[in-house]
Amino acid sequence: MAVATTDNPYMKGSTSKNTRGLLRIVILCTIAGAAVTARLFSVIRFESIIHEFDPWFNFRATKYLIKHGFYSFWDWFDDRTWHPLGRVTGGTLYPGLMVTSGVIYHVLRFLSIPVDIRNVCVLLAPGFSGLTALAMYLLTSEMSASPSAGLLAAAFMGITPGYISRSVAGSYDNEAIAIFLLVFTFYLWIKAVKVGSVMWGALAALFYGYMVSAWGGYVFITNLIPLHVFVLILMGRFSSRIYIAYTTWYALGTLASMQVPFVGFLPIRSSDHMAALGVFGLLNLVGFFDYLRNQLPGKQFQTLLLALGGLIFVILFGGLMLLTVTGVIAPWSGRFYSLWDTGYAKVHIPIIASVSEHQPTAWPNFYFDLNLLIWAFPAGVYMCFLKLKDEHVFVVIYAVFASYFAGVMVRLMLTLTPIVCVASALALSHILNTYTQIDSPSDHSSANGTAESNGSAKPAKVALNPSLRSTREKLVGVYSIVSKAVVTSMTASFLLLFVAHCTWVTSNAYSSPSVVLASRLPDGSQHIIDDYREAYYWLRQNTEHNARVMSWWDYGYQIGGMADRPTLVDNNTWNNTHIATVGKAMSSREEVSYPILRQHDVDYVLVVFGGLLGYSGDDINKFLWMVRIAEGIWPDEVRERDFFTARGEYRVDDEATPTMKNSLMYKMSYYNYNSLFPAGQAQDRVRGSRLPAQGPELSTLEEAFTSENWIIRIYKVKPLDNVGRDHQSAVAFDKGHKKKRKAGGSRKSTARVLRED
Amino acid sequence: MAKKPAQPATPKAAAPPINAHVAQSAPRAPSATHTRTASASNSSLSAKSSPQEVALHVWHKYLNDTPTRTMLLDVFMLFLVLVGAVQFLYCLLVGNYPFNAFLSGFGACVGQFVLTASLRMQTSERPPPTASAAAKKAATKFNDEGFEEKDEDGKPVSKISSERAFADYVLGSLILHAFCVNFIN
Repeated sequence: MAVATTDNPYMKGSTSKNTRGLLRIVILCTIAGAAVTARLFSVIRFESIIHEFDPWFNFRATKYLIKHGFYSFWDWFDDRTWHPLGRVTGGTLYPGLMVTSGVIYHVLRFLSIPVDIRNVCVLLAPGFSGLTALAMYLLTSEMSASPSAGLLAAAFMGITPGYISRSVAGSYDNEAIAIFLLVFTFYLWIKAVKVGSVMWGALAALFYGYMVSAWGGYVFITNLIPLHVFVLILMGRFSSRIYIAYTTWYALGTLASMQVPFVGFLPIRSSDHMAALGVFGLLNLVGFFDYLRNQLPGKQFQTLLLALGGLIFVILFGGLMLLTVTGVIAPWSGRFYSLWDTGYAKVHIPIIASVSEHQPTAWPNFYFDLNLLIWAFPAGVYMCFLKLKDEHVFVVIYAVFASYFAGVMVRLMLTLTPIVCVASALALSHILNTYTQIDSPSDHSSANGTAESNGSAKPAKVALNPSLRSTREKLVGVYSIVSKAVVTSMTASFLLLFVAHCTWVTSNAYSSPSVVLASRLPDGSQHIIDDYREAYYWLRQNTEHNARVMSWWDYGYQIGGMADRPTLVDNNTWNNTHIATVGKAMSSREEVSYPILRQHDVDYVLVVFGGLLGYSGDDINKFLWMVRIAEGIWPDEVRERDFFTARGEYRVDDEATPTMKNSLMYKMSYYNYNSLFPAGQAQDRVRGSRLPAQGPELSTLEEAFTSENWIIRIYKVKPLDNVGRDHQSAVAFDKGHKKKRKAGGSRKSTARVLRED
Repeated sequence: MAKKPAQPATPKAAAPPINAHVAQSAPRAPSATHTRTASASNSSLSAKSSPQEVALHVWHKYLNDTPTRTMLLDVFMLFLVLVGAVQFLYCLLVGNYPFNAFLSGFGACVGQFVLTASLRMQTSERPPPTASAAAKKAATKFNDEGFEEKDEDGKPVSKISSERAFADYVLGSLILHAFCVNFIN
């Protein structure tokens, strides 16, 4: 695909302009098609299913929107999450994604295409990635005169793994549409700066508003555009175009962003947005002084500037001090601090640090996600420095900031990807345009249109440094066929390798739904491990509609979406204390946990256990985060140190600390586990350790369900004892005398049969 | 504040200030009033005048120079500033209880102000045909390294016609007020 686009500049002269335009459209359509199809691996391999965690909530919210209409969606108070608090869902989500798919759904229905909302949701991300490729073409075309750069960038954007990672079919997350909006907003912004018209600024503001309604990452735009303007002012490039573009964008965009209830008054309150406001004020001042400067000769202007500028500065500074002292301007949000100080989150907000996508990026990630592009990227940025028009300044700023942020947080790789595509497309198209000229020009003026930047840059160099030997000749450049052929074929083969790499990464790394796991049997055939859905479906079928399920927050959205049962905490981590409560219940002894479970009306507790299968993303491996988060609220009752052995090891075998062995999580994970193995042979395949011969005893919970591969284990919370004993003595009594007196007791000991009910 | 590289080093060199002045104001002032303003204002202004004098000078020059249409825009902008200031004062003195309403009212003022300022820039900045060469030069002077390519495209620096600017202005205002009405509760 990427190679096909390079054919375009060959079609010079002989073919008409119209043919080239048509060819360009055809190529763009093919690119969009390739972008969509590359993301369908997961549907083909598995099925049309929603992936991972957050998409399950989005899916559930979309279904609610479809069912109840827009207004009740807006006012949605969800009492089936965060029991007993509930969640004002309508006011705490970014509705753009759900509304988009709702609109698509209704349009298709209107056209008499009966389509399931699930399929709309699954295929939304691939569809929008096709649009992203088109937007990328527009954006890059603004940067370069050569159309091949735009086509290359579109192709890169379509297939680069850094973007595919968040937009495969089924990955129904905010990023699915947000990246398209990001790129398109930037395109409109660049257009507004270049043309200096209110219309483009207003369009940019509209799409910015759409972006705000779709993704929290809109703050990136909110800060990048003011920074661009600020740098342009510092470079002495103030002009009416910039004033018009920015003030229109800011005035309309801020109002647009305040329409989203979740954002609300943030644009004037939170410090994240203050840069935009500050630049808005500054720009107005600069505009005013620029006007004055045009009215006055230099000396008088300086006098006036000093007087007026001093006055305004004093007033503004005083106002700022006043606002800060009175606390009107909110402090920076924690996620923002963690951008600057990578250790900040770990110390202050473990809940943010515990999310794997908030970790700093490991360097191979850059190569894995961007491959060839990461090499061409600096070259492209350098070329932007060479031209350095207003829009190139934007590329440079974007490149610098996105590189930094991508290094700090894994998920921000997503914001880096577009600019990498732009810059490397600029570099590679420059190479191709230079080296695919077959004929040697007799004079530099005959260099044809596609290479005009090359043709005009070289004579300037001749004039600049005549000391270079090669520049003394009349014509500067590479004109031998061999070198051209070598370079062109090398670049082409790099691009082919890039395509191969992208396909490989997409099919192997990013197309797993993570709800359904795939493994290979020894004979090479695929084996589907479907424990999650098995367990969630069990919950759906065998428990009461209002049975509260407690689990670690990772699984909250899935339980809500697939099992349709109320949960205590979920992936919308808005209440740290509530999460810490669950963490405390998981990490304490049964006697401590049971009252907590009772207080929160918990009926079932769900844990994820990978010890049998060797599935490493299980709760024992996440357990330390639960401990840390709980410790943040109850430092006296939960201590992380107690879970480590004297030598500082985190162990689950014989040498595990008593606190560890008595914690509810440990007991629930390994309960009855050794009955699978010969005596004393119980083995945890994730931690690679042999478990104690004597398995843990549970007295306040009873096993209700364990999935086929033991990945999900569900426990029922026992009611209070009939005759007022505590559960420990009740269990002891049962054991000592009549073993199977209670139904609960019999269930407990013969857990494996339980799946029959 | 950005120091403008385009500033000519005239005052120190005691060159006739009139020339510098005309070249400077060319992009903005309509050609018909050029000479009159320059000569009239310059008599009252020396290199070492105080800020008040300079401000007064600017005011007179503004009164003389500006076409009525632009002045109408300016009056509208002044009106918007006043309305915005009144709302802000109300918010400070009485309280911001319907904060949505205050924000949308204030936002409407600010937004309309910048839109009008944009319109004013687009309509009054366009250089008169006689001074076009000088104006173009002045406009592209500050970045003469990177900007020739733009002119090669055959696109002049300001290519928005007044009619287009006004259509844009209407569009922007419509969007602005749609948001404000939606936000006002």
